[in-house]
Amino acid sequence: MTDLIERPVSTSDGDNVDHGTETSHHHDHHGPTGIMKWLTSTDHKVIGLSYTVTSLIMMIIGGAFAEIIRAQLVSPTSNLVSFSQYNELFTMHGSVMIYLFVGPFAFAGLANYLIPIQIGAPDMAFPRLNAFSYWLYLTGSITMLSGFLVGGGAANFGWVGYAPLSSAANSPGTGADLWICALLLTGFSAIFSGVNLVATIFYLRAPGMTLFRMPIFTWNMLVTGILILLAFPVLTAGLIMLYCDRHFGTHIYTVQGGGVPLLWQHIFWFWGHPEVYILALPFFGIVTEIFPVFSKKPVFGYRGMVFATLTIAALSLGVWAHHMFTTGAVLLPFFSIMSLLIAVPTGIKMFNWIGTMWGGKVHYSTAMLMSMGFLFTFLIGGITGIFLASPPLDFFTHDTYYVVAHFHSVVMALVMGALAGIYFWAPKMTGHMMHEGIGKIQFWFLFIGTQLFTFPLYLVGLHGMPRRMANYPINPSWQTLNEWGSVGAILIGISMVLFLVNVIYSWKKPVVAGDNPWDGHTLEWFTTSPPPSHNFLSLPPIHSERPTWDYNHPDHLAIEHNHKKQAKKSAKASAASDAS
Amino acid sequence: MEETLSQLESAQESVADRSPRTKKRALALAIAAPLLLGGCELPSFGAFHGVTKTANSTFKLWQGFNVTAIVVGGITLLAMIWAIFAYRAKDKTSIPKQTQYHIPLELTYTIIPIFIVIGLFAATVVVENQVVDEPAPNATINVTAFQWGWKFTYPGHKAVVVGQTTQSPIMVMPENKNVLINLRSTDVIHGFYVPEFNFSRYAQPGLLNTFTFNANKTGMFDAQCTQLCGLYHTLMYFRVNVVSQAKFDAWLRAKDASTTQQEVIDANSAIALENNAGVAVNPTKSNGDGAN
Ligand code: HEM
Ligand SMILES: [Cu+2]
Ligand SMILES: [Cu+2]
Repeated sequence: MTDLIERPVSTSDGDNVDHGTETSHHHDHHGPTGIMKWLTSTDHKVIGLSYTVTSLIMMIIGGAFAEIIRAQLVSPTSNLVSFSQYNELFTMHGSVMIYLFVGPFAFAGLANYLIPIQIGAPDMAFPRLNAFSYWLYLTGSITMLSGFLVGGGAANFGWVGYAPLSSAANSPGTGADLWICALLLTGFSAIFSGVNLVATIFYLRAPGMTLFRMPIFTWNMLVTGILILLAFPVLTAGLIMLYCDRHFGTHIYTVQGGGVPLLWQHIFWFWGHPEVYILALPFFGIVTEIFPVFSKKPVFGYRGMVFATLTIAALSLGVWAHHMFTTGAVLLPFFSIMSLLIAVPTGIKMFNWIGTMWGGKVHYSTAMLMSMGFLFTFLIGGITGIFLASPPLDFFTHDTYYVVAHFHSVVMALVMGALAGIYFWAPKMTGHMMHEGIGKIQFWFLFIGTQLFTFPLYLVGLHGMPRRMANYPINPSWQTLNEWGSVGAILIGISMVLFLVNVIYSWKKPVVAGDNPWDGHTLEWFTTSPPPSHNFLSLPPIHSERPTWDYNHPDHLAIEHNHKKQAKKSAKASAASDAS
Repeated sequence: MEETLSQLESAQESVADRSPRTKKRALALAIAAPLLLGGCELPSFGAFHGVTKTANSTFKLWQGFNVTAIVVGGITLLAMIWAIFAYRAKDKTSIPKQTQYHIPLELTYTIIPIFIVIGLFAATVVVENQVVDEPAPNATINVTAFQWGWKFTYPGHKAVVVGQTTQSPIMVMPENKNVLINLRSTDVIHGFYVPEFNFSRYAQPGLLNTFTFNANKTGMFDAQCTQLCGLYHTLMYFRVNVVSQAKFDAWLRAKDASTTQQEVIDANSAIALENNAGVAVNPTKSNGDGAN
C-alpha cells in the first residue's frame, strides 16, 4: 500500500516498449516458475487464473451431469440411470454448478484478477489469505466430487439438503458427509474471498480513485463481498449443526428429539437468497463493463446503477422465505412485497444497459453478443421470477419444472455473462486474442440452445410436471416438451465443445492482443497484457470511472446531465489537472 | 392509482365478510382494476383453469400477471432490440455523443415500476387471502404423507385409503363443499400437489398444515408428491376423485362398512413400521430400476 502511494503517478504516455522489457525483467528475477510458481504463488493474477480455470472445469463436469439428466428425461420410462443415481446426479449437478462454478468463477476468479488492476492496486490486501482461499476451494471441490467414489454414492438430497431428508437416518451415506464438509470448506473459502475483496476495495485504491470513480464491476464486487460476509457464516453455522445432528447425537433438525426441521430451511435460505445475488451481481458487473466499451459510450446512469446494486443487496437480505411459501409457516405478504420490490432496481439495471447502447456505436464482438444474449435471457428469467414472488402463483408452480425453467433462464444468462467476460478479458490475461469467428458460432449455439431448453420446461411445469423426477410413466404427454428441452441441452453442450476448441485454437495459433485491443475504458487496459507483477509501471490521471478512455480520448469525456456547458467545464477541469 | 388502491381495499373488506356474490365481484374488480383487463377472454398462458373456487381465482391472477409481464416485457424487449440493431456501428473509429445521464428518464423507469409492483401486490393479497381462507368445513379429510405413499382418513369414520407409489391411492371428496384438509407427514417433507387445483403445500413432520378446497367440477385428477423425499419420490402418486355429495356419502358408507379393524391397524402400522425402521414397504415398481 505504501508502495502504491509513493509510486509517482505518471502522466506521460504509457510507453509500450518500456512495459514489455519491464515485464520480462520482473519474470527473470521473481522466484520459481512453472508448476512451483502455481503452487506457491500469492500473486492475485495467478490465483485469479487458477480459480477461473478450476471453476470452468467444474462447469464442464456439472454440465456433463446435466446432459445425462436430459438424456434420461427424453422418455417417460427411461432407465439409463436408476432412481438413486438420478437423485445423485441432479444433486451433484446443482451443487457443482452453484457452489463450485458460478460463485467461485465470479467472486474469486475474475474478481481476483481484475479488482486490484481496476482500482490501480499492486495486489489484493491479503495475498496469503487469498492463496489459502483457493486451496480451500480446490480441496472442497475434490471433496464434494469424491462422493461418487464412496459406498452409497454421492449426496442425493438435492442441492438444498432439506432436513430431515439429510439426517443420518434418511441419508446415511458418506457422500452426504462429504457434501457437508465440501460446503464448509468452500464456504470458508468464500468468506476469505469476501474479506479480501472488501479490504482491497476500501483500502488499496490508487490516488484519485474515489468510490464514485470505481468501475461498476468493482462496485458490484464490493457489494458482493459484503453480502458474502453477511450470508455465508449463517450457512456455515447451519452446516455444523447438521453435522452434529448426523454424528454427535444432537436433535436440532429432528422432530424426534424436540428439534425443528423447518429451521434448516430458514437458515439455508437466509444464506440462499443473498447467495442468488452473490452469484448474479458479479455477472451484472461483467456486462456493465462490456456494454459501454462496445457502444463507445460511458455506462448510462452510473450513479443509478450503483444505487440499484445497493438496493438489490439490501432487499435480498429480507426475502429468503419466498422459497418457503408452501411450508404454510411464513408470513406471506411481507416476503411477497419485499420480493416484488427487487424487480424495481433490477429493472433500473435493465434499462441502464439498454440506455448504454442507445445512441452509441454498437460493435458486435463475441463479448458483446454474449452480453446481449445475457440481456435477453435475463429478461425472461427476471420476469418469470416476478410471478414466483406472488404466493398464490408460487403455490402451483413451486417444485415444478416452471421453477427449474425460471432459474435456468437466470443461470444460463450468467453463463453467457461468464463467457462474455472470458472473451473480453482473455486478451488481457493471456496477451492473446480468442478467435472471434468460433466465438460467434459458439454464441449462437448457446443462445438458441438456452431458449430451446428453457421454454418447453416452463410449459411442462405448468402442465404439472414436478422437478427431480427420474421418470414420468403416467404422464407420457409430457414427453414432447421434454424432448425439445433435451435438444436445447445438446446445443448448449455443443457450444461448450466449441468453447474448448476455441481455447485450444487460440492457444496454438496465438494472435498478439496488445495492451488495449477493445479501446477499453478502465485501468486494466492501461497496463500490458498480461500485466507485469504488481500490475502497473505508471497510471493515468483518474477523473472519472473511465481513466483509460479519458486518457486516450481527451476530447470525448462523459457528458453529465446531457448538458453542454457541463461538458466543457469538466473537460477544462481535467485538462487543468493533467497539466499540474 | 390511489383510486385503484382504495377500490382494492374495499374489495378486500368485502372478501372478509364472505358473502359469495360480493366476494366474486370484489375479486373480479380487484383483478380488473389494476390491469384494466379483467372482463375480456384471455388465453390460459399454459396454466390450468382450475377446478376449485380458489384455483379459478389463482388462474385469474396468473392471467393478470401474464398480461402485465407481456406489456412491460414487450416494451423492454422492443427497446432492447432497437438499441441493438439501430445503433450498429458502421465503422471502427467514430465516437458517438458521450451521454451518461438523463435524470427525468431514469426517474421515470424507477417510479413507474414501483406502481406496477404495488398493483401486482394488491392483486396478490386479494387472491392470497381467498386461498388461505378457512371457511367452516362441510367435510374433513386427514392426509398423511409417508415415504412413499399417502393415507387418507375421514374423521368420525372408519374408512381408510392408503397406497404407495404407483398404487396411486385415491382421495375422494364431495363437489361444491368446503373440504378441510389436515396435512401431515410421518417422516420427511413431502409436497401435496394437485395440478388442476392450482395448489400445493408441504407435508412436514411435526407440523400440521390446513387448507380448504371447494371443487366445482367432478372427475378424477392426477396428483403427485413434489418435494424430494428420497428414493421413490418419482413414483409417489395419488389421485383426487371429486364426486357429488350423494355419491360421496354412499362411497363413505360403503368404505366404512368394508374397512375392517385389521385394515385400520395395518394402515397405521405400515406407516409406523416404515417410519421407525427406515425400511421401505416394497414399493410397486413400474420400471426396471434395480435400486432398493
Ligand atoms: C447445459 C446446461 C444445463 C442443463 C441442460 C441443465 C439441466 C438441468 C435439469 C434438467 C435440472 C432438473 C433436474 C430435475 O429436477 O430432475 C437441473 C437442475 C438444476 N440446475 Fe441445471 N442445467 C444446466 C445448467 C445449469 C447451470 C449453469 C446452473 C447453475 C449455475 C444450474 C443449476 C441447477 C440447479 C441448482 C438445479 C437444481 C438441482 C436440484 O433440484 O437439487 N444448471 N438442471
Ligand atoms: Cu430467493
Ligand atoms: Cu416426494
